[in-house]
Amino acid sequence: MTAISMGANEVKKRRPANSILSALPWIGPAILLILLVVVWPAIELIRISLTKITSAGALEGFNGLGNYRLLFENPDLKTIAIRTVTWVLSVVFLTVIISLPLAQLINQNFPGRKFVRWAMIVPWAASVVMTSIIWKWMLELTSGEFNLTLRQLGLQDGQPVDWLRDPRYSFFVLIWVAVFVSIPFTTFVILAGLQSIPHDIVEAAQVDGAGSWQVYRGIKFPLLRNSLLIATIINLINVFNSFPIIWALTRGGPGYNTDTTTTFAYKMAFVEYNMGPSTALGVINFGFIMLIVLIYLRVTKATRDQT
Amino acid sequence: MKKDKVRFIWTPKKAATAISAYMVGLFFIYPYINMILTSLKPHGELYATPTTRLPKSWQFDNYLNVWAAAPIADFLTASVVVSVCATLLVLIVSVPAAYYVARNRFRGRSAFLLLVLATQMFSPTALIIGIFREVKFFGLLDTWPALIVVNAGFNLAFAVWLLSGFFASVPVEIEEAAMVDGCTRFQALRRIVLPVTLPGLVTAVIFTFVATWNEFTVALTVISSPARQPISTGITTFVGQYDVAWEYLFTTTAIAIVPVVILFVSIEKYLVGGLTAGSVK
Repeated sequence: MTAISMGANEVKKRRPANSILSALPWIGPAILLILLVVVWPAIELIRISLTKITSAGALEGFNGLGNYRLLFENPDLKTIAIRTVTWVLSVVFLTVIISLPLAQLINQNFPGRKFVRWAMIVPWAASVVMTSIIWKWMLELTSGEFNLTLRQLGLQDGQPVDWLRDPRYSFFVLIWVAVFVSIPFTTFVILAGLQSIPHDIVEAAQVDGAGSWQVYRGIKFPLLRNSLLIATIINLINVFNSFPIIWALTRGGPGYNTDTTTTFAYKMAFVEYNMGPSTALGVINFGFIMLIVLIYLRVTKATRDQT
Repeated sequence: MKKDKVRFIWTPKKAATAISAYMVGLFFIYPYINMILTSLKPHGELYATPTTRLPKSWQFDNYLNVWAAAPIADFLTASVVVSVCATLLVLIVSVPAAYYVARNRFRGRSAFLLLVLATQMFSPTALIIGIFREVKFFGLLDTWPALIVVNAGFNLAFAVWLLSGFFASVPVEIEEAAMVDGCTRFQALRRIVLPVTLPGLVTAVIFTFVATWNEFTVALTVISSPARQPISTGITTFVGQYDVAWEYLFTTTAIAIVPVVILFVSIEKYLVGGLTAGSVK
């Protein structure tokens, strides 16, 4: 982890501050790429949201907040917004709550630990769409692994449950798959936090007679605060943006029953060709992420300044 | 690892820890084991009753026949070309930036690093309408260059942060000594610094490659011709069909997943550092 710190303080002593102009040949291409790929689309999105736009994408002049008005007149928006909040909060909460003990577990010393860690990386490395499709198969009505296991354990008799099409369950299934793909990254961030705790602090407490739960509760957990905060914020953004899981499993359907604001904005733009309100929702989504990014930058400022 | 094995003494408590860890590990790879088992079933066994976990007749031929059953050679070509080019672009752009940032203090340095960090937080999903319109504006809809540039842009941050850390860990003195000996700054970078920072470069390369390989939303939006689709969106064409050929779908996903998982596992050590750079020490 020490390789990450920037060592800029050392450099400062040796060399006078340069102007940004001498830096441009070195950092210019990176700035250009960011401007082109991130800043341009963001500005374009905001501009279009204030413009009258046809379903074919032709622009017909300034429209003020017309697109936003259309968006808020949509009767489905409120339910979708509430569902999005439920989606983000429950996925992130479950992910962090499950990852905490898992990180503690794979930080223990046992034979084959390396292989368990490798196994846990797989859902992180594999394509989220592909993982979602695998879950779609495992949740299949008659021959899916999930119903098969329930049958064999005697937990399901009679009609098998159609997890993805039954509106009572489909949203929970999506939450489950999102938690499954979010746990590995989160666990590894917390694991890195656990590994950075100095051994002597833990040993001193053990010498003083603290049990392993007391050590965890009193020493390790407070020192994990930073890792947890980072993992939570990055997950908030990832889960909010999570498009492939919902798209691969339900397409947000039936109807708008499993849509979040992210899939809803996409559906309006590229399925229903209802561009105007879609761009307005896109800007709102973007603004929400911007807000979390600002919180992230603020929260991490203290550690960044030390480097 | 060897030292640990020698010292390890089984106790009931340690056995319980080990067994629960193995179960957790199995749990997270189980869906992928299920994928491989299904990929080895004949089509007729998919919905057979009673359902079995293992194939009754192992169809290793599925891995040969799939190439004719679906245009996966096209999908894989697209994925390889786009991922390799995006990775090269990230390297070309991030190496000089990371090096300069690690070695120099200049006005705007913090602003630049903040800009880079912020881009890491954004995903193309939130900006997809803007990206679509920009790509259309440049006349690049349904082309690989559009995918290459967008993927490179969104994966730049990881490389810049990770590499600047590696560059900063190389003492300036070594480099200066080389320059005194007559190397130009570029030669010093190439001959002295790059070899030392090789692990960082390998990590950045693998991370960008895998992230681009797995990218879905931009490919779905920008590429319309079936023949130009990368594997991540290509496989969804199986699912839309009335009678889904799950066995071929899963031979394809296995071919797409196994190599990148091996690559990703090989950079485990540096992953968290690169993704939470600038925040966790």
